[in-house]
Amino acid sequence: MIQTISYNVMQVVFILAFAPLYAGVLSRFKEIVQSRRGPSILQPYRDIWKLFHKDQILSEETTWIYLLTPYLVFVIPIFVAILIPVLTDFPLVFAFMGDMLAGGFFLGLAGFFAALAAVDTGNPYGPMGASRTRMVGFLAEPVFMIVFFTVSFVAQSTIPYIVQQKWIASPGAFFAPAHILLLIAFLMLILAEGGKIPVDNPTGHFELAMIDESKGLEFSGRGAALMKWGGQMKFLVLACIFLNVLVAPWGLAHGPALFGVILAVPLILLKIFLFAIVLVVIESSLAKLRLFRISEFLGAAFITAVAAMVTSIFPGAQT
Amino acid sequence: MTDPKVSIPEALNALSAGLVLLSAFAMVATRQVRGVVRFFVIQSLLLAASCFLLGYSRNSNHLWTLGAITVAAKAVAIPWILRRLLPGEFYERREIAQAINIPASLLLSLLLAILSEFLVGPLAAASIDSVIRINLPIGLAGVLIGAYSLIARREAIPQLIGILAMENGAFFAGIAIANELPLIAELGVAVGVMLIAVVTGLLSRNIGQTIGTTETGTLSELKEEATPWR
Repeated sequence: MIQTISYNVMQVVFILAFAPLYAGVLSRFKEIVQSRRGPSILQPYRDIWKLFHKDQILSEETTWIYLLTPYLVFVIPIFVAILIPVLTDFPLVFAFMGDMLAGGFFLGLAGFFAALAAVDTGNPYGPMGASRTRMVGFLAEPVFMIVFFTVSFVAQSTIPYIVQQKWIASPGAFFAPAHILLLIAFLMLILAEGGKIPVDNPTGHFELAMIDESKGLEFSGRGAALMKWGGQMKFLVLACIFLNVLVAPWGLAHGPALFGVILAVPLILLKIFLFAIVLVVIESSLAKLRLFRISEFLGAAFITAVAAMVTSIFPGAQT
Repeated sequence: MTDPKVSIPEALNALSAGLVLLSAFAMVATRQVRGVVRFFVIQSLLLAASCFLLGYSRNSNHLWTLGAITVAAKAVAIPWILRRLLPGEFYERREIAQAINIPASLLLSLLLAILSEFLVGPLAAASIDSVIRINLPIGLAGVLIGAYSLIARREAIPQLIGILAMENGAFFAGIAIANELPLIAELGVAVGVMLIAVVTGLLSRNIGQTIGTTETGTLSELKEEATPWR
């Protein structure tokens, strides 16, 4: 009991510690692919450190929502991290406290408050970004639901720890059309939710074209640091769900031995950095879509997800 | 859910089945003519991969030959023929004027995929072979989606690709059911498909040279006593 709780804490520490590193590695990879040098991979840590030592400035117009939001955005990925398999492939103590739907609700709550806080500040760019994020959000929602229902239908469970066991059970299940289509749909979802290039340009500095970034424009000091760190953690958590639950649980610790769990850390990092290369290739080879083409992108994700569902629920697909 | 005892080649065939379905959707979703041709080549290569995998797992030389014919005819010859016959600007053309816009087209082709699962599902469920259970509905979906893009597209080359995609779908279902079709039939189909490409390519080249477009959607204006020539 104590042991599994400590592993759960380790998972949270893993997410906390490596989320900025992952953001740094992603941006560095991208710069290298585009034949530029780019900042050090430790730059996100320095940014967060710097922001924590600056004063927070509050507009007179803001309410408690603006004060609360950075903490929520920071804490919620941690909540999700204790529900999903990050380092171990056996259920930990909080595994049965909530399923994937709960994780989705948690992340949705953070997004909801971030949008409210953006409107709260009175900055004209904030509400614009918030409304665009909501647009992406409500288009992504059905895709998430279909992916979630299909996964839970195939695995007969909604607990991520049990779902991941399904895919290693047999090559037949791993390569089944439903699984592959689900992976592609979820990858498109990650690109949309993480504000990556076909949907949003995370490195853009032009407020009118921003989607995700403009929500955080008004935050300063500690608030900005927490928002930034929380956003990076959210992306790492999504990548963990994608890699550890949906793609395959390779490299996770199998048994309760401490050594195995510690060994899992570099393996998971390796896997996540391989995923970063895939993301960078996608980001560098595509152009950002026009705002009203985003609905087509997410429509395509929806079609893929429904096709996955179709190939898994009809009688022909089952034994 | 698939049988846990599926062998690796058959599992990989399932992977290529998923991607065949996806590339059928991609052909409907692509605006640029070049993109449509590219997705057709990808789909044909996946089809050939499926042939090779099944040929390996069922020990059938016939399927190996079939895969080789597919690569030669559909992935190499047809794109080459089209490239030779039509000037490059046809390939650069974007925003094909479609009868139905792309999101609606995608939803309709999704409905066609559901329909084909619904129709073939009970039939496939009767079979023990997991390959048949996977290939049959996806192949039928490929046929229906190809037929749909034949209707919805208004540009000559994507319509041609629609016909060829129908053929791909039928082929994909066929390799699962029939191991030993006479080779001469397959050769005939491969040559026939190439002939379709040549004829359609020549026709649309001539149409393009005469009236400056290959949009078949506007061809109805050329009918006998219709509107005076503008």
